[in-house]
Amino acid sequence: MSALVIRNGHLIDPAAGVDAPKDILLKDGKVAEIAGPGKLKHPDGAESIDAAGLVVAPGLIDIHVHLREPGQGYKETIASGTAAAAAGGFTAVAAMPNTTPVNDTVDVTRWMQAPERGASVRVFPIAAATRGSKGEAINDFAALKSAGAVAVTDDGHPILKDNIMRETLVAAARVGLSVIQHAEDTRLTHGASMNAGPTAFKLGLRGMPAEAESGLVERDIRLLTELRDSRAHLHVAHTSTAAAIAAVRQARRNGLRVTCEVAPHHFLLTDEHVGLYNTHFKMNPPLRSAADRDAMIEAILDGVVDAIATDHAPHAAHEKEVEFERAPNGITGLETALGLSLFWLHKEWKMPLGRVLSLLSAQPAAVLGLKGRGTLAVGSSADAVVFDPKAEWTYRVAKTKSKSRNTPFDGWPMQGKVQWTICEGRIAYALSS
Amino acid sequence: MTPATARRTLQSPLVPANPSPFNPGSLLSVDNLSLEALSRVLERATALTRQDPLERTRLLAKRKVALLFYESSTRTRTSFELAAKALGCDTTLVSSLSSSIEKGESLKDTGLTLRALGAEAIILRHNASGAPWLLEQHTKLPVLNAGDGMHDHPTQALLDLRTMLTHLRKGSTDMGPDVLKGVTVTITGDILHSRVARSNMLLLPRLGAEVVLCGPKELLPDLAATTGPGIRIERDFEAALRQSQVVMMLRIQAERLAGLQLDLEDYKRGFQLTQERLHTFAPQAIVLHPGPIIRGLELTGEVADGPQSAILEQISNGVAIRMAVVERALNGGRA
Repeated sequence: MSALVIRNGHLIDPAAGVDAPKDILLKDGKVAEIAGPGKLKHPDGAESIDAAGLVVAPGLIDIHVHLREPGQGYKETIASGTAAAAAGGFTAVAAMPNTTPVNDTVDVTRWMQAPERGASVRVFPIAAATRGSKGEAINDFAALKSAGAVAVTDDGHPILKDNIMRETLVAAARVGLSVIQHAEDTRLTHGASMNAGPTAFKLGLRGMPAEAESGLVERDIRLLTELRDSRAHLHVAHTSTAAAIAAVRQARRNGLRVTCEVAPHHFLLTDEHVGLYNTHFKMNPPLRSAADRDAMIEAILDGVVDAIATDHAPHAAHEKEVEFERAPNGITGLETALGLSLFWLHKEWKMPLGRVLSLLSAQPAAVLGLKGRGTLAVGSSADAVVFDPKAEWTYRVAKTKSKSRNTPFDGWPMQGKVQWTICEGRIAYALSS
Repeated sequence: MTPATARRTLQSPLVPANPSPFNPGSLLSVDNLSLEALSRVLERATALTRQDPLERTRLLAKRKVALLFYESSTRTRTSFELAAKALGCDTTLVSSLSSSIEKGESLKDTGLTLRALGAEAIILRHNASGAPWLLEQHTKLPVLNAGDGMHDHPTQALLDLRTMLTHLRKGSTDMGPDVLKGVTVTITGDILHSRVARSNMLLLPRLGAEVVLCGPKELLPDLAATTGPGIRIERDFEAALRQSQVVMMLRIQAERLAGLQLDLEDYKRGFQLTQERLHTFAPQAIVLHPGPIIRGLELTGEVADGPQSAILEQISNGVAIRMAVVERALNGGRA
């Protein structure tokens, strides 16, 4: 394999505690050497990137994306979704199992990782927790793990039955997999298409109460408390309510293995952004109240949140051009996560750059136990993002690499422009000048 | 940084203004009408009613108006049709049960089809809240909202207003922020599922009226009072009646209850408008109902047919108001 040198950049690697000008040698898909500027021995034949004035950081990791393959290639393919990921600075994505068929088998798990899919960045499949994500019979986690699955979840079909959730937590713990729960008590959200509250009432739409999320998080934490000795790990997907965050905060104080992620739209937008039935602001969990949104910001700043994850959920234009209550849930997010996080968390809300990057790389890697990812320490995977932290730009969805355009952030200001994304030593994305 | 200070100092992204409506002739919500435009609509409703019918048919002769109905309707559909025809328009009715909508054609494609067939305006009744905004965005035609889901029914609010003005303000058409000052309108019943309630809640306080909402919690959540200024909740029906100059009764919308269990006998004990209640607590008030009425449920037959009932007047006012808004739609927003 070839070698690649990143010269003159400023390395920020929160996991390794590095925040200094460094040159980096990537070789055979791994980080081979890190040295002060100009101190690296330039190996013969190595390609070189000039990162003067730029930040070099571990490649970003999104632990919650929908790549839609197999079965829904008209929305997104693994190739197009990972191309969008690379453009957004991501070098690894964890793909949800709500494909067609549902990824509840070794075959689908392997198929998603096959070279024929043409992925630009690393794809880590997340397998379904139960057969067909029907919440009845749990899958063979050991087999799924050996095929490459990094976690289990039924995502949009949350596991409501106590005994099945308990069994899932125990069985996953036994093979060292995390259980991800999309926390929504669907018995309380039937027919609802946005957050319950004054805005939903005004718009004449049925609302999803915050308790539908927090109630299930509390139930899951109760189960975890009962299983305290099992090493079970619960990860709460796309947390959106103050009450759910409070439950996670308390569980952590009690020493439980509970982690959580927050999506950029949930720390930026509220249910009022739905406006007059704009389906690009419809997702599940829905945009919540301003108090909930503020609680997300607070929890990110004070460290309760483990990861920023996009819940990238592409849908074809014709699927979103329908009556609000009939439109599918979800928005794209891979190309806007870094720019929004830097603009708001770092620039506006003064979160140190290293902490923002950690939420997008080291910490999500830790949540799913992705060894050798989320850091540029010598010996780890040669996954890096090189970006201009000062660059301000405007996101234009017309230029997206995704097959879909369902974003609420078209025309939004972004901070920090990705110049190169390097995945396992190869250039996965380069900004065309 | 402590969380408390963080929350105080953080700026968050603003909620942008909505670019609505696209077409100046559209009437998607009562909110689309300024007080001036509202006065003009009421004025034209009166003038058109008085005009010679033959002369009137020359106003919009052979202009094409489509009625697109995804829900059943008697009053609204018929009065829109009669209104458009009274102005000389050609009308065509497309309903979800006898069209390609049954075959899965989307609202966007149905709208584009009607436009290609020459429709110059579309009157839309739809069971999904917000559907008129979608139709307007894709067709760019003037769209008249004839009721969308649980959201809005602007022409109903306008015809209710015309009825109130006839009784309480001698048919005035000059609308200002105080024209209904001192008037309390009680809306009773299934507020949660009612687009009529929401439209009236948006319109009446802008004219100085006070809106009192009355009903059990299942049909009237507390947050209904947050819809806008000038709206409050009174759970005691008789106390509400005592304050009211206008009593608007609503039907319980069985088709939208979505599994909600309701004890009807209990409901009638608390909220049915009977002759006795009306006579005792609101002997001067006028009684309105958007229809369809269910005699013996939200009100008794005696009240519906009684001297305080203005229910049939509302229906005639529907034609007058709808003539004015169809004219406005086809004249690019000028009534």
